[in-house]
Amino acid sequence: MQYKRVNIIAGHYGSGKTNIAINLAMKMKEDGAQVVCADLDIVNPYFRSKDAKCALEKKGIGMIASEYANTNVDMPAMPSDAYSMFDNKDRYAVIDLGGDDVGAAALGRFREAILEENNYDCFWVVNPFRPLTRTVELAMEAKEEIEAVLGFRFTKIINNANLGDETTQEDVLGSVEYINRLSELSGLPVAFTACKEELFAELENKIVNLFPVTLYLRQGWNKKGE
Amino acid sequence: MANKVIMKGNEALAEAAILAGCRHYFGYPITPQTEVAAYMAKKMPKIGGTFLQAESEIAAINMVIGVASAGKRVMTSSSSPGISLKSEGISYLAGCDLPALIVNVQRGGPGLGGIQPSQADYFQATRGGGHGDYHLLVFAPSTVQEMVTLTVKGFELADKYRMPSMLLADGTLGQMMEPVVLDIGEVKTYEKPWALTGTELKREHNIVNSLFLQPEELEQVNFARYKMYEEIEATEAMYDTYLMDDADICIVAFGIAARVSKNAIDAARAEGIKVGMIRPITLWPFPKKPLLEAADKVNSFISVELSMGQMIEDIELAIRCKKPVSLCNRVGGMIPTTEDILNSIKKAAKGGNA
Repeated sequence: MQYKRVNIIAGHYGSGKTNIAINLAMKMKEDGAQVVCADLDIVNPYFRSKDAKCALEKKGIGMIASEYANTNVDMPAMPSDAYSMFDNKDRYAVIDLGGDDVGAAALGRFREAILEENNYDCFWVVNPFRPLTRTVELAMEAKEEIEAVLGFRFTKIINNANLGDETTQEDVLGSVEYINRLSELSGLPVAFTACKEELFAELENKIVNLFPVTLYLRQGWNKKGE
Repeated sequence: MANKVIMKGNEALAEAAILAGCRHYFGYPITPQTEVAAYMAKKMPKIGGTFLQAESEIAAINMVIGVASAGKRVMTSSSSPGISLKSEGISYLAGCDLPALIVNVQRGGPGLGGIQPSQADYFQATRGGGHGDYHLLVFAPSTVQEMVTLTVKGFELADKYRMPSMLLADGTLGQMMEPVVLDIGEVKTYEKPWALTGTELKREHNIVNSLFLQPEELEQVNFARYKMYEEIEATEAMYDTYLMDDADICIVAFGIAARVSKNAIDAARAEGIKVGMIRPITLWPFPKKPLLEAADKVNSFISVELSMGQMIEDIELAIRCKKPVSLCNRVGGMIPTTEDILNSIKKAAKGGNA
């Protein structure tokens, strides 16, 4: 995949933006880019990309996150070094936004810089297994709301069809029709279909542009062996 | 696609409430349960329901009293400090014999505390929380799927017994995402001849009230209510067991603590330690019977809690202090790790206190 310098990850609440952001940053790094990952989630109190700070930094990926993330400071705070993504154009940036139109609001102050530089992709992450984007019509409604706040349009769709640890091959295959329909309705190309790495081998020849993802936000209370 | 969807615990309980026939939600935002209100705000207007963000928790719980009086299924949700504010209204619900569902997605305390998960409102939930002699039906889910089933159960039993129910979750369960099946089958409903629905001059008027002018009368009302509580204690306690058949050590844990405990039990079993678990699903009524029975079989109990040790008192009472009970706990928003619990199990296996 050809990367733009600024990669915005937005979409409906709980569509899996954070995990996609972390995995995309890792992939870009593997492909040789200098990458910084920014946690601009002002909605979620738990399960944030800052949770993967160690994993990212181990790979040499910079992390921009509010120093208050994962503390008891219950305020939608922005990272103090967020502007460095635009000051330093030698690095690629992956921006993990919070969910829905509310989460997209965090990008407002950077809109001008993003549009002026005009070297961005705005990824629309969709999980058809989320009840409020269960149909393409519902997903389109959510898209309009987010774009109205962003002040610009999405450029690509990321199919993140999953049921967490329980995702099966059939779940991912079954989502293709939905995503194609969404692509048709919105006029946007599908950048890739994400699947957990355990399913990659079985699905590789069945889905075009398949992107294996590691689940970085797994927690200790999940059953072993999953 | 499969009949499953992936949801946050907070969203799942909100959807379950709607499926259970609840069309009235009154609340006030607080982390980590705000998604309940956000979900209701999106959904309720589309299905002819009422979502209202009240000016405070106190206003919200009084709106709940109003709708409950009219005999409709109604709920509110909050997190620990907000539940304290609602406690006066919850006592009034109990005193008026009104059914309603109150959701507490607990966070660390006391005071403003923090926004990370906790189980330190156990006393508040199981002892009533507000003033006077009363109980709530208290349900403790440990998966997102149980957030769904126990929300429905909460509404059903509240109506059946004309008393408030509480879904006692914690921040982790509210925030985590898991696959759920929303096909919940038939929801039980109950006639409410006592409800304030207007007499149309066809019947005597109903009265919903918690004020009694004569102390003798108030005493009788309390006696009658506690007679009903006895029946509930005898019939409605819910629990789950894990590897208890040959267990020498019994872990007692609910909610998120039970999930970590399960991993620790598997790890201990791999090292040859016979340990099992009794997981209370209702915290009131507390599953006293299976615990008392276990007391004759195991050598000791471990209470795993995200509190300074609250449920441990109910365990000691339930087993009549027949066997030692040790505590494995983390507080302030921290969750015990598998290793924390495994260490407690090993200490208990050696006969020491965890």
